[in-house]
Amino acid sequence: MTIDVIKPGLATSVQDLGRTGYYHLGIPPSGGMDQRSLRAANLLLGNPEGAAVLECALMGPELRFDERRCVAACGAEMVPKVDGQPQPLNEVFEVPAGATLGFDFVRAGARLYLAVEGGFDVAEKLASRSTYALGGLGGVEGRPLKAGDRLATLPAVTPPRPGRRLPEALLPRFAKHYRLRVVPGIYDHRLEAASRERFYAETWAVASEADRIGYRLKGGSSLSFLEREPPFGAGDDPSNIVDACYPIGSIQVPSGSEPIILHRDAVSGGGYAMIGTVISADMDWVGQIQPHQQVRFEAVDLEQALAARREYRDTLEALRRMP
Amino acid sequence: MPQQPIQAPFPGVFYRRPAPDQPPFVEPGQRVEADTVIGLIEVMKQFCELRAEATGTLITFEVEDETVVEAGQAIATLEGE
Repeated sequence: MTIDVIKPGLATSVQDLGRTGYYHLGIPPSGGMDQRSLRAANLLLGNPEGAAVLECALMGPELRFDERRCVAACGAEMVPKVDGQPQPLNEVFEVPAGATLGFDFVRAGARLYLAVEGGFDVAEKLASRSTYALGGLGGVEGRPLKAGDRLATLPAVTPPRPGRRLPEALLPRFAKHYRLRVVPGIYDHRLEAASRERFYAETWAVASEADRIGYRLKGGSSLSFLEREPPFGAGDDPSNIVDACYPIGSIQVPSGSEPIILHRDAVSGGGYAMIGTVISADMDWVGQIQPHQQVRFEAVDLEQALAARREYRDTLEALRRMP
Repeated sequence: MPQQPIQAPFPGVFYRRPAPDQPPFVEPGQRVEADTVIGLIEVMKQFCELRAEATGTLITFEVEDETVVEAGQAIATLEGE
């Protein structure tokens, strides 16, 4: 069984749940940016929840199947097409032997997750098949797909059921404006009070430099950091700190101009003050925001963040129990 | 002659020129082939060439140079042959 990549799409890569446990060594988790949609596609097919899928950003690939296989596509709304015939999103369907699977323009969301029965078979690196392109690790030769690549799949664990569909209540609802919840800190005391307030009051637009490493935001007022004598080891810019670890989801504002939300391919540390961290329950949404769409930040406390995480885990549990 | 749109394949910023100091790829009224590049769309630090995808005359651009476009949006109108 092979799947030939005829057109790779814009930035299509093999991803699974990620490579945990190496961030302290500088190797980020990688993995699907929208983990919920990745899991949903696998669970629909009866795959292991963390089987490797294709993450397709903003424009889908064109793939030729040499044998019949069932697939499921979840996440961004790009209608799948088999030999030009539209197929349902969020539902298991068959791709016949010799057929070509393509996708329509993205109508909402940014990333579609294409799971195939059994999951894609690439070599595991540090216990994950996820592609970390910046480090050339995992996936297909450590890079996004190219035309001419040939993908293999693993045998199915349980036979897929064509027509099996995500329950309505579990479908993602995409928007053009997103509200992202943020736990302020740990360096927000370095901001002037007025800047700190403005950061949460203003609407930001996602810049076109928004990728798996980080989401850069524009359109809000520049933030002012308090003047201070740089501590030993910190850079001169007021937004600099002595190098520290960066959590995934942390927001840094180099020179106070454009906030960047770090995502799953981010560097593990550096010398910019983090003024807050997007809560884990909202990180999937970050990966679904298209460049030029709008974002507002809402400050929440740790208790609210943990409550949101419980709710998120309940959603995953509901996905596991779907009929 | 049938008119057809040339659509943006993904969201991004549309550019009519290969570089700011260079002339546009094509001007309205110009004849194009399927593989003629009519502009660039930039997103996620990548520039992708937008091609006419059919032979004919590019009648008009539907969006200004350097504007944000959505996936599927008509960038230009082509009169086919």
